Amino acid sequence: MGVVTESQFHVLAVDDSLFDRKMIERLLQKSSCQVTTVDSGSKALEFLGLRESNESDDPNATSTSPDVEINLIITDYCMPGMTGYDLLKRVKESAAFRSIPVVIMSSENVPARISRCLEEGAEEFFLKPVKLADLTKLKPHMMKTKLKKESEKPAEDVKPEIEEEESSVIEILPLHQELESEQQEPVLSNNKRKAMEEVISTDRSRSKYNDITTLV
Amino acid sequence: MNTVVAQLQRQFQDYLVSLYQQGFLDNQFTELRKLQDEGTPDFVAEVVSLFFDDCSKLINSMSRSLERPENVDFKQVDSGVHQLKGSSSSVGARRVKNVCISFKECCDVQNREGCLRCLQQVDYEYKMLKTKLQDLFNLEQQIVQAGGAIPQVNIN
Repeated sequence: MGVVTESQFHVLAVDDSLFDRKMIERLLQKSSCQVTTVDSGSKALEFLGLRESNESDDPNATSTSPDVEINLIITDYCMPGMTGYDLLKRVKESAAFRSIPVVIMSSENVPARISRCLEEGAEEFFLKPVKLADLTKLKPHMMKTKLKKESEKPAEDVKPEIEEEESSVIEILPLHQELESEQQEPVLSNNKRKAMEEVISTDRSRSKYNDITTLV
Repeated sequence: MNTVVAQLQRQFQDYLVSLYQQGFLDNQFTELRKLQDEGTPDFVAEVVSLFFDDCSKLINSMSRSLERPENVDFKQVDSGVHQLKGSSSSVGARRVKNVCISFKECCDVQNREGCLRCLQQVDYEYKMLKTKLQDLFNLEQQIVQAGGAIPQVNIN
């Protein structure tokens, strides 16, 4: 059954709002990703094969790995029960799944919240509404997991390995200038801060409708 | 046949542009349209429909929470406003979103009167937008039925 093709990334999207799930699903599909959506953190863990209790005793703990390879988890922050932050922690605490990149989304721009998530290991923090352009930032993170699996590296912190893999990843990636500049940014926590600041100060100004062009 | 299509397309274009110019829609609506393609021709209409359903439900529940002056559940109202602000923002419903911003401020200071006013305004704005978008989608349908393509309208 479902063998994931080389070029397709599979993203697990978590959001309690049906509306937001529909949005993120379409955004991801439009970015050529396979998507699975769930409406809660606990369902996300279930999907991954992580149980609430001791995962090492659970024969299902890694059952999703062969059939369903998740290359990225994108989750809303504000959810009832398990927040996105809680989910992030659970994933990063799990030996089997901590290498999966996690991205947090939130409609609220709270710097302390953003810091906390990035410090806990989130790769990116997206302010809602998420745009197509935001999703181009995901590919480098997802590529890392593919390369990791191929080279059978242990599930540890990805960051130190980036320098090594960087050149081969750049060759593989399509010629997107934004992607290349993302790659060149050293992945250190203070630069994550920078990325965070960029996210916060992203130009959200409303367009001036002076130039309106139409294509028919 | 061609001129009918061209006329409809022109109408569609002008109407859409006017919605932006009058502040009903913002850039996020453009983003939404980018997500629609031949494979998903109803995406925008579906999302917008979901949004309006949400508006209706949330307005009703917030109205109930605000009903009795001596017992207002501001937490519930805040939650409703938060959701509404989020979805209106995602859809590009600019006026609705702006009312939500004021609404949140009233809620934060537990101003029931203010909240009631905002609630009324949100109700008005979403219904107004609903009518406008319905007209837009009708134009779209007419174009498709006449064998034409929906124009790409780029707002810079």
